[in-house]
Amino acid sequence: MMEIVAEFPRAKGALPASRRNVPLIPADSVAGRALVVVVAIMTFLACLTAGAALLVTKASQEWRSDVLREVTIQVKPLANDDVETLVAKAVKVASRAPGVASARPYSKTDSERLLEPWLGAGIDLSLLPVPRIIVVQMKESSAENLAGLREALARDAPEASLDDNRVWATRLGVMARAIVALAVSLFALVIVALATAIGFATRGAMAGSKDIVEILHFVGASDAFIAKEFQTHFRRLGLRGAAIGVSAGFAFFLTASALSAWWAHSPGGDEIAAMFGAFSLDGAGYAALAAVGAAVSLLTGYLSRSIVLKDLQKLQ
Amino acid sequence: MIALLQFENVGLRYGIGPEVVRDLNFSIAARSFQFLTGPSGAGKTTLLRLMLLSLRPTRGTIRIFGQNSAELRKDELTELRRRIGMVFQDFRLLDHLTTYENVALPLRAMGRAEEAYRAEVIELLKWVGLGDRMAASPPILSGGEKQRAAIARALIVRPELLLADEPTGNVDPGLARRLLRLFVELHRLGTAVVIATHDLHLMDQLGFARRLVVGDGRVTAYDGVSR
Repeated sequence: MMEIVAEFPRAKGALPASRRNVPLIPADSVAGRALVVVVAIMTFLACLTAGAALLVTKASQEWRSDVLREVTIQVKPLANDDVETLVAKAVKVASRAPGVASARPYSKTDSERLLEPWLGAGIDLSLLPVPRIIVVQMKESSAENLAGLREALARDAPEASLDDNRVWATRLGVMARAIVALAVSLFALVIVALATAIGFATRGAMAGSKDIVEILHFVGASDAFIAKEFQTHFRRLGLRGAAIGVSAGFAFFLTASALSAWWAHSPGGDEIAAMFGAFSLDGAGYAALAAVGAAVSLLTGYLSRSIVLKDLQKLQ
Repeated sequence: MIALLQFENVGLRYGIGPEVVRDLNFSIAARSFQFLTGPSGAGKTTLLRLMLLSLRPTRGTIRIFGQNSAELRKDELTELRRRIGMVFQDFRLLDHLTTYENVALPLRAMGRAEEAYRAEVIELLKWVGLGDRMAASPPILSGGEKQRAAIARALIVRPELLLADEPTGNVDPGLARRLLRLFVELHRLGTAVVIATHDLHLMDQLGFARRLVVGDGRVTAYDGVSR
């Protein structure tokens, strides 16, 4: 061996600047940068749809809970009845019923104010058989408590009837479920588009790294080794893109939350707050967005691995 | 003598074209040294690719290390390739890796830890005279340095069979002579060597080497003069 060393320029004993596990697929390429941009945009869109679904789900739960906790008793007096006595009796019956937090009757003035938009101001309602309303707040909405209240009213205050808003709550539930289903469908479409983009990018990178794949093959690298290298490469790109997308998603929802707090007392703000609550995600919501990013990164790595393995099968 | 590689009536055609090589019947013995020669375009590189099993013959049988290549599974093929070193005419080094990383590539591909092969790679690089170029990347190496790095990469797994495609084609006669001595040293250490070249002067320096002459799609073997 020494004989051969002497034949070549003397080694100066320089040690290599060894880089542990340096990527075998070059980290920076045009295709790689394009994939980072695509993944970032897709992740951002996925975060938006996931966040919107979470907001609507949370808001719809609040709507339904509010609507179901509040029930209304109507007292319909007959011609000779003393309506105030009947209302006081119904309030007393309702207050004693199980699960009732409070029962607040609308006064004559309140009722007049309620009807004012339709009948105009200054109408004497004593001439009309206008029902009086009692707003009952339940401690918790349960079918048993409502049945108990209904039974107590039928027994002790038959002039009063109970409206439990269940029809409204059902409609709200259906609407909320439809919005969530739409958001989930959009999320699924974004993921399919992302997977397709990753597929194209992987094949592009494979074509661009054909020489590397061949050399690895000829030096005895197994398909699993080569696929792992590509998986690591794409998972890294996916992680970078997903981090950008999730950061943009965080920024969007934090900004939206700040703006909705700022607009909270404007007329439009009230309506938005009624639809989406405070328009802010809680900790679990942000964790869900981070999970979307992690899933996108893993999906990028997994898809590229399976595509590379399939393509390697064709190589001799 | 044990045959590492045996061609039996091997022929190869691309698509529906004529056979580019045909009726190949020869073997490569363990610890042997041979030149594969013939005019440019005669099919030397095709033959080397058949030996490396990167091309499948359209007829005939290639037995490698005693196994029929047509019956090999993908993982078996990978295992066999680890027993073969290949020096490509165009070096085929990875430009984004250092010389050290390029030479260590086959060991890394085998799943060995860097700590386990580091000393081995450094020793080999010093042996081929690249001890002071270990951290350099291929684009800044000279033609001769690239050639030696490619040879070192082929040797690092101590192959039983070394295939070299025009390994002296890009270097001056002095360096060609030194590289040839490197191959002879390897042969002495027990590796079967096949060097594809059309350099008659180079072949004349090693009278003992067998010559496989490719012409008209066929191979004719001429034994060397015994030492």
